[in-house]
Amino acid sequence: MSAATPGRSGPASRGRAPRPKSGRVPWILVVPAVAGVLFLVLPFAGMLVRAPWPTMGARVTDPTVLAALWLSLSTATVATVVSLLLGVPLAWLLARTEFPGRRFVRALVTVPLVIPPVVGGVALLLVLGRNGLVGRYLDAWFGLTLPFTPAAVVIAQVFVAMPFLVISVEGALRGADRRYEEAAATLGADRVTVFTRVTLPMVLPGIGAGAVLCWARALGEFGATITFAGNFPGATQTMPLAVYMAMQRDPEAAIVLSLVLLLVSLVVLATLRERWVNAS
Amino acid sequence: MRESVPHRTGHRPPASGLAAVAALCVVLTACGAEDTEPGDGADSAGALTGELTVFAAASLTDVFTEIAEDFRDRHPDVEVTFNFAGSSELAQQINSGAPADVFAAANTATMEQVVAGEGLDADWAAEHGEDGLVFVTNTLRIAVPPDNPAGIENLADLADDGVQVAFCAEEVPCGAATTAALDASGLDVTPVTYEEDVRAVLTKVELGEVDAGLVYSTDVISSGDRVEGLEFPEAEEAVNDYPIGVLSSSGDSALASAWVEAVTSDEGAAVLRDAGFGTP
Repeated sequence: MSAATPGRSGPASRGRAPRPKSGRVPWILVVPAVAGVLFLVLPFAGMLVRAPWPTMGARVTDPTVLAALWLSLSTATVATVVSLLLGVPLAWLLARTEFPGRRFVRALVTVPLVIPPVVGGVALLLVLGRNGLVGRYLDAWFGLTLPFTPAAVVIAQVFVAMPFLVISVEGALRGADRRYEEAAATLGADRVTVFTRVTLPMVLPGIGAGAVLCWARALGEFGATITFAGNFPGATQTMPLAVYMAMQRDPEAAIVLSLVLLLVSLVVLATLRERWVNAS
Repeated sequence: MRESVPHRTGHRPPASGLAAVAALCVVLTACGAEDTEPGDGADSAGALTGELTVFAAASLTDVFTEIAEDFRDRHPDVEVTFNFAGSSELAQQINSGAPADVFAAANTATMEQVVAGEGLDADWAAEHGEDGLVFVTNTLRIAVPPDNPAGIENLADLADDGVQVAFCAEEVPCGAATTAALDASGLDVTPVTYEEDVRAVLTKVELGEVDAGLVYSTDVISSGDRVEGLEFPEAEEAVNDYPIGVLSSSGDSALASAWVEAVTSDEGAAVLRDAGFGTP
C-alpha cells in the first residue's frame, strides 16, 4: 500500500520494489507474523466449523438475504464513489496547500474513526434527521426526509468510511515526488492540469488502496446505519444488520449470513486486485 | 375506541410518590415484623443475616435498587447484591451454576428455562407456584413525541398513510409483543424501521424522527416528558408477565423468601407501580 516511486520509472510506475537479496528469513519477524495471521484467521475458522452446511443452499438463496446482499454491495459502492469525489480533493487540500487551521481540519477528518459509529449515527440524526439542524429545512423546503431511506445508508457509510480514503490518499500525496508537479507547472500547466495529468496518475495506487479500505469499511458498517437509517428489509437492512437480527433468533443463520458477506467481499477485493495489478 | 383516549403518563412528580412510599413504610414496618411466617423467616422476626444475591432483568434495575434501600433499613445485617442483565443471559448463567438466591425474569419463557434447568426451591415453589410468582406486568404503549405531530390517538392511526412508525424487530421480546398486539387488532401497520431493541425505538420517538413507536409503559415513564405515552386496548393482548422465584441453589431460602416478600409487599408494589409496571 505504498505510494508510487516515480523517481525510477515515471508517474505511471506501479512502484514495485526490487526483490530483496535472498537470505535467511529472520525468525523474529516470522513468529509474530504467523501469530498475527492465526489471530485473524481463527475466528473465521470457528465460523466455518459451526456453519450449518446441509441447509446452506436454502438459507443463502432466501430473498431477504439476497435483498440485503444487493443493498450492501450497491450502497457500499455508491458510498465509495461519493467518498472518492469528496475525499480525494480534501486529501489534496490537506497535503498540498497551506491554510490556517489545516491541522485542525485534519484532526476533524479523523473524528469519525474515533467516535463509536452509533454516536455518529445519532449525530447524523441530529443534523440530517427530520427535526435536525439541516434536515428540518430539507423537509420544509423540498419535502425530503433522509432517515429510513437507502440514501441514509449511503450517508452513514460515507461518514464512517471516507476518513480511511482521505488518510490513505493524503499519505500517498505526501510520499509522492513533488518535482514532477513543479516541472509541469514551470512548463505552463495550471494547477488543475497538474492535478489531473500528473498528481492523480502518480498517486493512483494510494487512491486505489484508500478506495478498497473505504469500500470494505462501508460494507461492514453497522452502528451508524442502524441508528441513522433504521432497519427495514429491502430498504435499509444491509448485511451487517441482517446478521445482527439473525443473531437474536437463530445464531446459525447469522453464521451463514456472515460467511456470505465475507465470501462476496473477498471475491470482489481479489478481482479488483487482479484487475489492478494486470492493468499496469 | 373511547378507552384509548390519550392518557398522559409522561409527567409524574416523583416527590409525592416517594413520600407515599415512605409513609407506607412507616405504617407497615410493624405489620411486616408481625407477619413473619413461621419457618419461612428467621428464628426471630427481623434477625435475618447473611448475603443475598438477586439476578434480575435489566428493566428492573431502578425499582429493585429502590426496594433494596428499604430492605436494608429493615434488615441491616443482610448484604444484598444484584446482577442485572438480559433475562435470557441471566437464565444461562444460573443454569451454568452461577451463585444466585433469587431470579426475577422479564418474561415467563426465561423463567421456564431456569425451572427446567437449575430449578426453584421445592418448598417455595410448592407454596407460590411451580413456574415462579408473577409479580408485575409490563404493557405496550404508543409513544409519541410531546407535540404529537401526526395527531396519533389510537393504534389504528398508525396504519394511516404518511405516518412514520418505529417498531421493535420481531426477534426481540418487545417486537413479539408488538406482533401480538397488531394481530389482536387485525390492523396492518408497516413501520419505517424495525429497531434492535425497545430503547432504540424510544430514541427515534424522542428525536421526533418517527411519529410514533410501540414501547413498554415503563420506558414511557423513564423517559420523563420527552415522549408521551398513549394507552391502547389491544395492548392487553400482549402483556409481558414478570415472574420471580427462589432458586434451589439458594443457601438461605428464608432470606431469599424475605426478598420476594419485600418485592410483593405493598411498599414494593407501590415502587413498581410508580415505575409504570402493572399488577398481574
